[in-house]
Amino acid sequence: MNWTRKDLIAIEDLRPEEIVHVLDTALTFEEVGQRDVKKVPALRGKTMVNLFIEPSTRTRTSFELAAHRLSADVVNIMATASSITKGETLKDTALNLQALHADIIVIRHSSAGAAKFLADRLDVSVINAGDGAHEHPTQALLDAFTIRQKKGRIAGLNVTILGDILYSRVARSNIHLLTKLGANVTLAGPSTLVPRVFEQLGCRVCYNVEEAIADADVINLLRIQHERQRQTMFPSIGEYATIFGLTKERFARTKPDALIMHPGPINRGVEIDSDLADCKRSVILQQVSHGLAVRMAVLYLCASVQPVEEAA
Amino acid sequence: MNNLTIRNGRVIDPANKVDTVRDVYVRDGKIAAEPAPDAIVVDAAGLVVTPGLIDLHVHLREPGRSDKETIETGTRCAAFGGFTSVVCMPNTSPAADNTGTIAFIKQRAEAVGCVNVLPTGAITKNLEGAELAPIGSLKRAGIVAITDDGHCVQSNEIMRRALEYAKMFELPLMDHCQDNNLVSDGVMHEGYWSHLLGLKGWPSIGEEIIVARNIMLAEQVDWHVHCQHLSSAGSVRLVREAKKRGVKIFAEACPHHFTLTDESCKGYDANFKMSPPLREPRDVEAILEGLADGTIEVICSDHAPHCAFEKEVEFDKAPFGILGLETELALSLMALVHKKLLTLPQLVEKFTTGPARLLRLDKGTLSVGADADITVMDPAREWVYDVNQTSSKSRNTPFHGWAMKGKAVTTIVGGRVVWPKK
Repeated sequence: MNWTRKDLIAIEDLRPEEIVHVLDTALTFEEVGQRDVKKVPALRGKTMVNLFIEPSTRTRTSFELAAHRLSADVVNIMATASSITKGETLKDTALNLQALHADIIVIRHSSAGAAKFLADRLDVSVINAGDGAHEHPTQALLDAFTIRQKKGRIAGLNVTILGDILYSRVARSNIHLLTKLGANVTLAGPSTLVPRVFEQLGCRVCYNVEEAIADADVINLLRIQHERQRQTMFPSIGEYATIFGLTKERFARTKPDALIMHPGPINRGVEIDSDLADCKRSVILQQVSHGLAVRMAVLYLCASVQPVEEAA
Repeated sequence: MNNLTIRNGRVIDPANKVDTVRDVYVRDGKIAAEPAPDAIVVDAAGLVVTPGLIDLHVHLREPGRSDKETIETGTRCAAFGGFTSVVCMPNTSPAADNTGTIAFIKQRAEAVGCVNVLPTGAITKNLEGAELAPIGSLKRAGIVAITDDGHCVQSNEIMRRALEYAKMFELPLMDHCQDNNLVSDGVMHEGYWSHLLGLKGWPSIGEEIIVARNIMLAEQVDWHVHCQHLSSAGSVRLVREAKKRGVKIFAEACPHHFTLTDESCKGYDANFKMSPPLREPRDVEAILEGLADGTIEVICSDHAPHCAFEKEVEFDKAPFGILGLETELALSLMALVHKKLLTLPQLVEKFTTGPARLLRLDKGTLSVGADADITVMDPAREWVYDVNQTSSKSRNTPFHGWAMKGKAVTTIVGGRVVWPKK
């Protein structure tokens, strides 16, 4: 198929065949990571800016490595070091980056809609690396890549997302992607963090963890997002771990081939038993590896549709 | 020379139960029974002549934020929109919690305002909700009501005492109904769209619980509480039930709350961000119903100018509020009269007798001897709202480019034509 998007803002925008195309493209890039020389010249001469106006290690490093492997030049801009702290607006920061002839801006921001805000105003490629509680499209793509690799398919699978759904961009991107590709999505966690309104997105909402994971082929655990949360949502981390944490006892009663996923960073002993995080059925670290291939695919696809401005 | 004869218009004067084609005479800036010999004739054939419209809720931003709006530019928007009086909110800088600020506003309005400016005073010092403002002195300085608009008084005790105190001065109390605990840092209506967009919710209950509180206090103190810019179905129901019991509770609605829904926020455009927020289709229906059955007796704009650079930011970082004076009449005609939910005289009441009764003004009427504040409108005139032509210093409107139906064609204040400008 012909990829026509210069930006990747939200999984909600994508058609199912576009999602599959990214996953297929990622498959070819995964092979690159297994070579001795882990580098291809696909984006040589292009400049990617990592504009991270909210702290992140995993995602930023992953995008940076992905760009290096595509031979692009990379600049990292962190909130604390940038003009943002001096009162510059996001619009002005972005226009300045464009004036410096960046080709791709990867943005991580605490405000929902920030990536779209940039894409609406810039000619360069904008890749959403997480905007507030809205979307984190490359995370959902790498999760799907992992599921597809482990299970051979996505359609018809039962995927349970357990944890803080309300404040999670990972949950939203996963919900859109999985429902578009035909999976059955169950959301579970405390009622204050898993509002019923998510049923309108085609999900099942369940407040009993045992019931929510009983038939799951995939259990995707989400961290409790302290930094995005109003302080009134549940009594304590201890109670959360007791009632909603994935314990060995609970996991023992799931399907024998159920996978454990987590977008990280994990809180051992809270949403997941520490041993379970390291067990054979946990694919948490493989998700991280797949992130690289998926981000190479996204950068390659989006940066390649940019109109090449030839000298007249 | 403030002598006019407005000829052959359909005169709608709800205060006097008039709806008939006739002439309106102005002598020396007042409505007169007979024409002045040297009167200038305004031909109103085919047009509607009403008492000058009153907007109960505007922000003129002066003093303090004259980069957003001034008394001069804000009142020009009013004149364009057909409004001859505007009631301005006290969240200026400094806040209108002192007689000096009220005197300043009145002085500026006298000097540069092209319509009447009726100031409100704060309920509490610096709108902080902690100590009462000098309400009696503010009354003497010329305020028409008290309100901490934008900052709902959270303390029930302060609210109770403010209401008891204001009753002594016959000042109505107007409240921006928002429970800060429930609303917290919400930026749009809590519902399907806020969850989809990942934006923090401003739930309906955050308004309704304060409306309920205000009803109870109005009943207890037996004095007028006016709930500003109702946005939710639950609020409308509460006010309707209380009115039936005879509670002195009043309510207003803004055109954006009965023409737009929360779905409009899906592009993260901060021109759709206001407080209270745009809500669901069922809320829009409830507000229309409340306007139709008289539960809501006032339509106002909540004209809230903000600079373009302030609004063109991340949605959750943008200030709340939109312009409204220029689009208010057309949007109300379109949503209510053209759709046959209200008759034209009923709509005129929402802009004239409604606010005048609440504020005990001798305006909003074409009675002989009243100030000659008159609006001449063409309810059928089609036009397109182009915010680049606005008189405002700001541009924050969701209605730019909208095809409108209905327009004020002549706005007259004290017998002087202030719109169109000569």
